[in-house]
Amino acid sequence: MTIVEAATFRIVGHSLRRQAMELVVQALIYLAALVAISLILLIFVFVGRQALPVLISPAVHEEVTLGELFLPQEYGTSEVPLRYVWQPVSVDPKYSLMPLFLGTLKVTLVAMLLATPLAILAAIYTTEFAPGWLRETIKPVVEMLAGIPSVVLGFFALIVLATWMQERFGFDYRLNAITAGVALALAVLPILYTVAEDALGAVPRSYRQAALALGASPWQTAWTVVLPSALPGVFAGVVLGFGRAIGETMIVLMASGNAAITSWEFAEPVRTLSATIAAELAEVVFGSPHYHVLFFIGLLLFAVTFVLNWTGARLVDRLRRRLAGVER
Amino acid sequence: MSLRGLDRSFILLSGLAVLLIVTMLAIIVGNVVWHGWEPISWEFLSGAPRMGMTEGGIFPAIFGTVLLVLLMTIFVVPLGVCVAIYFSEYANRQSWLYRWTRQAVNNLAGVPSIVFGLFGLGFFVQFVGGWVDQQFYEGKLTYGQPAILWAALTMAVLTLPVVIVSVEEALRSVPQSYREASYALGATRTQTVFRVVLPQALAGVLTGGILAVSRGAGEVAPILFVGAAYYLPELPKRLNDQFMELGYHIYVLATQSPDVEATKSLLYATVLVLLALTFLLNLTAITIRARLRVTGGLR
Repeated sequence: MTIVEAATFRIVGHSLRRQAMELVVQALIYLAALVAISLILLIFVFVGRQALPVLISPAVHEEVTLGELFLPQEYGTSEVPLRYVWQPVSVDPKYSLMPLFLGTLKVTLVAMLLATPLAILAAIYTTEFAPGWLRETIKPVVEMLAGIPSVVLGFFALIVLATWMQERFGFDYRLNAITAGVALALAVLPILYTVAEDALGAVPRSYRQAALALGASPWQTAWTVVLPSALPGVFAGVVLGFGRAIGETMIVLMASGNAAITSWEFAEPVRTLSATIAAELAEVVFGSPHYHVLFFIGLLLFAVTFVLNWTGARLVDRLRRRLAGVER
Repeated sequence: MSLRGLDRSFILLSGLAVLLIVTMLAIIVGNVVWHGWEPISWEFLSGAPRMGMTEGGIFPAIFGTVLLVLLMTIFVVPLGVCVAIYFSEYANRQSWLYRWTRQAVNNLAGVPSIVFGLFGLGFFVQFVGGWVDQQFYEGKLTYGQPAILWAALTMAVLTLPVVIVSVEEALRSVPQSYREASYALGATRTQTVFRVVLPQALAGVLTGGILAVSRGAGEVAPILFVGAAYYLPELPKRLNDQFMELGYHIYVLATQSPDVEATKSLLYATVLVLLALTFLLNLTAITIRARLRVTGGLR
């Protein structure tokens, strides 16, 4: 082997090794992306796997059918009709999901009704009227609020807020949908605010200048020009906040009273879907109908939040496209 | 009222909304600090619970939380960094893989925490753990039960989007010219990514890790069924041991204590410890990020 040949051999070998290395790293990076995709699929498959018997297993159907989960039943007497009962641990287990749906809806409604106007107003103030230093202070404050663990908010609602609200408003029950809803509002406020603030901030300055030049007052500009332009984004915040509120567990588990009552009364204790899973799964017999029903509830939560998040992302996209190409 | 006055009052109203948010945060933090400050002592931080949790300390819970987030970090940071590198450096924006991965990460961020608990139980504990027992322990129950390893993995899945978002933002803020210069010098893509771009984005990796730890330390719902224990006489030593955790400890003290009044002061102190921990972590992350933006060394 001549010197030239040996040198060529080494260089080719080196570059081959380099290329192989290149390919291995690239493969690993793409693998990571595939892992990210497979995680969401795995969640669906492995929650679904334990939920499936609710749909197809005859053994489960002996104790609970789909009809019993969703449709009115005749549990009471003819004088006192009881149509929807969640009582999975009893001699004759009853699995109506209706009280849980209603409970979730009530708490979520309270939270959204409080958080939405507050977050939107605060976002308007931040983007349109706040001086620079204040704007830079508000953001970390909201990030701090977002950083409070939900178990701490639940604790606060249970120990402090519940007592205070009962004294103030004279509720019959210390823990109820309103108290839990107020605490839940604190949990969804940051996401609502952040998305709304992003959307408002993305509205081009020329919109505001045009409105002001036409003689609109600052508030008119904010309310009738900037806010409508950013509406898809603001709405996305509401949708995402809603998804967060439905799935939030520790706050409602601690502060809602956890009684599965079917009524529209807001000042009564409620039991939500998420809190039901959290409270009951630890004590349930593995593979029992109750166990599968709890996973079925989890699958419902997963599906609902999936749709909400997807919608939210769509709305943000739409806003981006709407405002794209406009001179800042 | 004149138009001008009306205008003013609306602006004032929106300002009040901000004030209300700040006040609520102040009330919560103030209340916890006020009541939680006094019971905190060295004994409280370093001792184990005694007398049905009405006395003693929370050291096992602190230890369990730290161990949990450390394990979680080992899993989540490398994976999160790789996905972020994929998004920022490798992906073709038009490809189905990019769009699917993006969608998956977005959706992962919105999955309710309790569903992660179900997933951890169904996948890690029963499926993976059960398989490990079958293969290596002759079916003896070893890993097929709630354990700190499964809790850490579950938490890693939950915090993955946090890491990805933060690292990707940092990668994107590295100027394109850095990459071009690297390529011009004959570096390959791998060399460019790992020796030029990633070192520049290190602060982003750090921020992502810190935010993930902060989130992981605060979440309770995902670990309810995958390893958190009510009370343990010993600290976890093996990966398949159960563990005590601060957030779970708060939940237990607040809801299942036979005598709430007796545990109240320790409960407040525990909340203060958890709150201080998460705030400190968040504050660090915010500061790093803010400094990055101000110095603009990367842009």
